Amino acid sequence: MSVVTLTINGQDVSARDDATVLQAAREAGIHIPVLCYLEGLSAVGACRLCLVEVAGVNRLLPACTTRVQEGMEVHTDTPRLQTYRRHIIELLFAERNHVCAVCVANGNCELQSLAIEVGMDHVRYDYVFPSLGMDLTHERFGLDHNRCILCTRCVRACDEIEGAHTLDVLGRGAKARIVTDLNMPWGESPTCTSCGKCAMACPTGAIFKQGSTVAEMVHHPEKLAFLKTARERREWRV
Amino acid sequence: MNGEELLHVMAQEQERARRFRHHLHVCTGTACQALNSESIAQALEVAAKAQGKQGEVSVKCVGCPGLCSLGPLVEVHSFVNGDHERSLYQFVRPEDASEIISHLDGEPVERLVTPLDQPFFTRQLKIVLENCGEIDPERIEDYIARGGYQALMKVLTEMTPSEVIDEITRSGLRGRGGAGFPTGLKWATVAKADPRRYPTYVPPGIQSQKFVICNGDEGDPGAFMDRSVMEGDPHRVLEGMIIAGYAVGANQGYIYVRAEYPLAVKRLRTAIRQAQRAGLLGNNIAGTAFSFNIDIRLGAGAFVCGEETALIASIEGGRGLPRPRPPYPAEYGLWGCPTLINNVETLANIAPIINKGASWFASIGTAKSKGTKVFALTGQVKNTGLIEVPMGITLREIVFDIGGGIPNGHKFKAVQTGGPSGGCIPEQYLDTPVDYESLTALGSIMGSGGLIVMDDSTDMVEVARFFMDFCMEESCGKCIPCRAGTAQIHHILTKFQTGRATERDLKLLEELCDVVKHASLCGLGQSAPNPVLSTLRYFRHEYEAKLRRDGAGYGYANGAAKERVTHS
Repeated sequence: MSVVTLTINGQDVSARDDATVLQAAREAGIHIPVLCYLEGLSAVGACRLCLVEVAGVNRLLPACTTRVQEGMEVHTDTPRLQTYRRHIIELLFAERNHVCAVCVANGNCELQSLAIEVGMDHVRYDYVFPSLGMDLTHERFGLDHNRCILCTRCVRACDEIEGAHTLDVLGRGAKARIVTDLNMPWGESPTCTSCGKCAMACPTGAIFKQGSTVAEMVHHPEKLAFLKTARERREWRV
Repeated sequence: MNGEELLHVMAQEQERARRFRHHLHVCTGTACQALNSESIAQALEVAAKAQGKQGEVSVKCVGCPGLCSLGPLVEVHSFVNGDHERSLYQFVRPEDASEIISHLDGEPVERLVTPLDQPFFTRQLKIVLENCGEIDPERIEDYIARGGYQALMKVLTEMTPSEVIDEITRSGLRGRGGAGFPTGLKWATVAKADPRRYPTYVPPGIQSQKFVICNGDEGDPGAFMDRSVMEGDPHRVLEGMIIAGYAVGANQGYIYVRAEYPLAVKRLRTAIRQAQRAGLLGNNIAGTAFSFNIDIRLGAGAFVCGEETALIASIEGGRGLPRPRPPYPAEYGLWGCPTLINNVETLANIAPIINKGASWFASIGTAKSKGTKVFALTGQVKNTGLIEVPMGITLREIVFDIGGGIPNGHKFKAVQTGGPSGGCIPEQYLDTPVDYESLTALGSIMGSGGLIVMDDSTDMVEVARFFMDFCMEESCGKCIPCRAGTAQIHHILTKFQTGRATERDLKLLEELCDVVKHASLCGLGQSAPNPVLSTLRYFRHEYEAKLRRDGAGYGYANGAAKERVTHS
């Protein structure tokens, strides 16, 4: 194990050589917006919000999957990146029905926070307003496809932390959606352990506890990282 | 089979061929087969027998000779008094069989013959396709008779792996799948990669630490280069793969073919079985210590699986989703092992390079793009079909000389290269030499080799919308810019086509194309805006002509909500 030094936004940062740019930035207190990344789960580089500019590389790299290198010069907040992030958030809002005023996750929503962070005062795209269903067959949890951003955090939590792999993605493109088992109602799933890790991982109000109403659904994504370090390293740090 | 036995088979086959005075080659590529060419072959055999000529006429089913628009094609090679005479028959029907046979010793049938000295044939240079239309793809002996597997013998008995890689590097061959990455460099990277650097999860029963994958997931609309190679000369692909396996140190190869190519799959399977039986594939190839196996994996119809990381995920049995690179498959590929992925056409170039030498190959083409490129010429052009031309030829030569120009009195407008990832090139750039760099400079790409010619009746906004519709349907949905961005680009283009677009939409369209191009995860998203960007660059007036000038048209008052993107 060796240590490398790099600069992020002009600030000198040291990091272990197996760390990602995102981990190095977080340790140094530099904020990089993410949606699909969650500590404790594998990184997939899908949301493209954590894209950063690296000097000498002519394309943008996702901070969550890019390893640090000695002498790397990273910029995380250039005007170009800010523009892209706002477009990505706008695309998400236009894609499905994200209506904060009636959402269980209002006030506890990562998508909402990011919209505020990137300064999204309006959406320039035409809203798609798809009519997607909900799955309320499970006795404890509900799945609202209208609020899903397909970050697949729930899929990875179910597979990697719980080991059940109940949730997965069906279809492709804009028609993709989260399904339980082989596309059966969640309540009939023989593999679901009702552990609730999907609800902890969900960044929006797509997966929620039954019975919660507007702004009542509080997620605990940090608990997944706690479980992971506890299980793998026997460290019970909170 | 060792080198001596190979030469023996070759001599035997050539001896057998000399017994016949007339060789009739019937195209049984997918296009001609759809026009019933197999029954033409049968009818020709029956007619030859009826006229008592079965001893001097050999009828052979071959791969695609190229001129698909005139199919079904029958090519006649006659050896009379030491002269080799060729004639090509177009639009042949089974009823014409006896007439063709009876004219074999005299003049060819006037009403069916098509000249062989037309530019379509004379301007081509065939390396990859040299056996297509000449050999029976279902007989390994035919391939051996034309010098097949000689390159493999040479490599296994005379060359070290690093010498092979050196030869490929010096040839200047670049990946024919579209991006044009130097093949030698890729091979060298895989050869040097340490299989223990990343944790691997190879399933039990597979004895290999590195892998070679042949990418035959050709999905561009209007492209059929790889299909024709796999159908017309499958052994060439296998030979290239085995040499690649020897060079990089792999013992297992996979050919990933679309399930939509049943004929290619069938012929590849036959070829693998024959090569195994001949001892040219499997354990201890040609009696040496080197072992290499090839299996076929079928694609389930997703365009994105042509992207290398998605292709690997698909072979592993997962959903065909791309993942961020680096690490590149050369280091971390199939089941975590170093993996070489080459396109069908790239691998088909290997055997001739080994046989004829790197300097021969490097003498063809331009300074940075060597060799030839196979193009599928389609659209509003007289001669459609499969062509192989040296790099550096101009687009004008391809469209007007080889393609024969635009039919029905229309004027040329643009040529689209590279499929849904490419761009439209207008008339003023027709004299650009075709190579990787100059096409990129024009806002298009070489791509895998689709060439779609458009005449002046084409609506360029509709062209962009067609390709965007394709990309939207084929986006895997993993990353947001591609999944939601292509759908929004398609929606904005639809607004142009329904007269609802405003200046704002044009500006937003340009911004969004930039986002999708630079923020998407894989090549599909990164190149999806190219058709829009290139038509905006060269045909902006067509977009502007469709703008709504009265300021209305934005929002829902104009029915935007009614015609929104639908999720079914």
